[in-house]
Amino acid sequence: MTEPDEVPRVSLQARGIAKSFAGVRALAGVDLDLPAGKVTALMGENGAGKSTLLKILTGDYQPDAGTIEIGGRVVSFAEPSDSRAAGVRVIAQEPEIVPFVSVAENIYLGALPGAGGAVSQRRLQDQARIDLARFGFDGLLDPRARGIDLSPAQRQMVEIVRALIDEPRVICFDEPTSSLSDTETTVLFRLIARLRDDGCAIGYVSHRLREIFEVADQVTVLRDGQLIGTRTISDTSESEVVRMMVGRDLSAMFERTSHEVGEVALELAGVCTDDVTDISMSVRRGEIVALAGLVGAGRTELALAISGDRPITSGTIKVGGVAQKFRSPADAIAAGIGLAPEERKADALVMVRSVRDNIALAVLGRLSRFGFVNRRAERELAATYISQLRIRTPSMSQLVQNLSGGNQQKVVLARWLAKQTDILVLDEPTRGVDVGAKAEIYAIIDELAGKGVAVLVISSELPEVLGLADRIVVMQDGRVTGELTRAEATEERILTLAIADHLSSEGVLP
Amino acid sequence: MSTTTVTPTSTTPDVVQENPVSHAVRAVGVQNLSLILAIAALVLVIGSRNSSFYLASNLKTIGMAVTISGLLAVVQTVVIIMGGIDLTVGSVAGLASVSSAMLFTHAGSTVSFVGALAIGAVCGLISGCIVVFGRVTPMIATLAGLIAFKGVAQLVSDGRAQGYTGADPFYIFLARGSVLGIPTLIWVLALVAALVHVMLRYTRIGRNIYAVGGNDTAARLSGIKINRYILGVFILAGVVAALAGILITARTGSGQPVSGSEGLEFQSITAAALGGVALRGGKGSMSGTILAVILLGILLNGMSLLGVNPFWQNVAQGSLLVAAVVIQQLRNGERRVGLPK
Repeated sequence: MTEPDEVPRVSLQARGIAKSFAGVRALAGVDLDLPAGKVTALMGENGAGKSTLLKILTGDYQPDAGTIEIGGRVVSFAEPSDSRAAGVRVIAQEPEIVPFVSVAENIYLGALPGAGGAVSQRRLQDQARIDLARFGFDGLLDPRARGIDLSPAQRQMVEIVRALIDEPRVICFDEPTSSLSDTETTVLFRLIARLRDDGCAIGYVSHRLREIFEVADQVTVLRDGQLIGTRTISDTSESEVVRMMVGRDLSAMFERTSHEVGEVALELAGVCTDDVTDISMSVRRGEIVALAGLVGAGRTELALAISGDRPITSGTIKVGGVAQKFRSPADAIAAGIGLAPEERKADALVMVRSVRDNIALAVLGRLSRFGFVNRRAERELAATYISQLRIRTPSMSQLVQNLSGGNQQKVVLARWLAKQTDILVLDEPTRGVDVGAKAEIYAIIDELAGKGVAVLVISSELPEVLGLADRIVVMQDGRVTGELTRAEATEERILTLAIADHLSSEGVLP
Repeated sequence: MSTTTVTPTSTTPDVVQENPVSHAVRAVGVQNLSLILAIAALVLVIGSRNSSFYLASNLKTIGMAVTISGLLAVVQTVVIIMGGIDLTVGSVAGLASVSSAMLFTHAGSTVSFVGALAIGAVCGLISGCIVVFGRVTPMIATLAGLIAFKGVAQLVSDGRAQGYTGADPFYIFLARGSVLGIPTLIWVLALVAALVHVMLRYTRIGRNIYAVGGNDTAARLSGIKINRYILGVFILAGVVAALAGILITARTGSGQPVSGSEGLEFQSITAAALGGVALRGGKGSMSGTILAVILLGILLNGMSLLGVNPFWQNVAQGSLLVAAVVIQQLRNGERRVGLPK
């Protein structure tokens, strides 16, 4: 990047931003300051208005009221290109990547360098290599790789480079670490620190408290579309921020209850699929086992194999001591295995159907006589789980797409509670879920284990793994690299097992 | 949960009190209400220009005219709710029509009826297998079927009308009979529509069809054997299309390979889209489709009563389909960027 003293120090000030959608107020006169040379964390539960605010900064939405000033000049963004011209960039949480073109082309999309319409692939690759190195991503991203082959973390890197080559002065990151492993997060944080030292104004949206305290200089909290306050990081605490976010005291996020562990419910012996190799592990009744590891370690693929959605090439899965051969998820469900997949919206929920329909989806057989669904029994079932899991919805006929992330996850859990499976596989059960709902989901998982359900939780958040699991199985590159009991486990130990190989070969660790 | 410190929050939305009008609108549905209003407006306009529109005989004509396209619209609704589309229904009706007439000539009415339905089932099975096992999208798979099944109908019939069923009591009953003063044709449509409605709304199969259309991965991971549903729905579409083909034979007195069925796939999709069936799947109802079928029937009847050049009918239908889908997409909040989803 250019010399810090040449760069103008530009701050962003938004005042009284208001926005409503079809009469529903998303933002009610919010002020936001993003001072130059500082990282400002933007926090709030899902639905607090963070995304709406970001979309106003990018010009995707136009505010109903309020002003935005950049470097002391009032600006108005009629469309995204206006905001870019003013030096504002928002790094999307789920970047759009063109699948069948190279990383280099993806980076310069819309502004391919070249003369007279002719694009020189070699020049493009060279330019990309230079820009990747400039932002510290050299070695992590091959400019010739195709978009479709990139990991979520690499897609995020492409998005970051795309944004930064314009040298924006105001940069907002929207939950950038949700698809990153801890190592990749470290690389990102170093980059953010550099941008800050160069005098950029940085906004940082995240649900992860620990991260905020690591990367941010100040934190601004929104709740229900209103500004609750801004605190300097050094003068505040995690508990204060949580209190500001939820408007109530969460003295402890969650505490495991101890309960008896029964016989082995699920046992894997030498299981191989296209993505994982020689996996042996077991989960007992009443036990919570966590599968830890980096993104891409093969945990999701293993979960799908256990749930009958991926073929097993060798090895055996035993349920309650009986060897099983699953040809479809229906077989696995019949054997008593339920899966709450990682991508809730894409893979678990029928978004255009009601809460009731989604809860009853796996148990319609039980609720039917002669093929006809007993609608009263169905309503009673839905009502039971809505109140038991405290699913916040105006009614059971509400479409699932109108619920917040945490409540959507509870609908998925309700489906499996209704099915009463002996074994539950939960893939990232709290991803994109706000703090309050997170604690509730932990409590639900704990209660399930207390009732004798064998729970296998996949999680990339180490505090979650440590807080929830009786045992922790760590995977790397499709293999199990170690197993830790609750007593032995520390973040360092888990991480060491998760990245053992990377330490020597790729050297991405600090 | 004794050790957790989570307390219920006060964020539960209050139940909003509605006034009776908006409650009624909610119950009927905005979509159905607009269709009913459109039908009423159309009736008033056409009736004021030509009073013979209101004659009982004309109403019967409309009813009988919509039966065949109505049957296809009913089954198209199921296919689209499941997230698919079936462009073969018109061609299958044509193939079933010639087959029924030719089977009738050789083996009588029972064999011709059952045989034609079986041929429809086989056509549906073929489409379904291409989709499920060939991994071809329903749009392309059935586009191929549209032309191929039409070709088969022309091959077996040499491209000409076949047989004569005009003297057979069964076919006469289908075409011109009536029960309780209502023509048999309308009974057939009403019966099929009612059965499909009950299936969609009250049975496990119907509910799973909505789930497959709304999110097939979620349906699969919930233990629904989605391939069976896809095959089953395409077979159902084939059988009902064949039933429509048999009615074409009955009405014209002979088997028609192409005329009488060509373009019906288009009408069926228009009716479903107008009726509010989401073309992305997962949403829609039989009542909407039936109202749309009635609307289309009145529109086409009115245009011919008022002496509008028949070629305008095609323009009108095309415009209606576009209008229906544009409204759907706008209500979905589709962004105007790039190719629509």
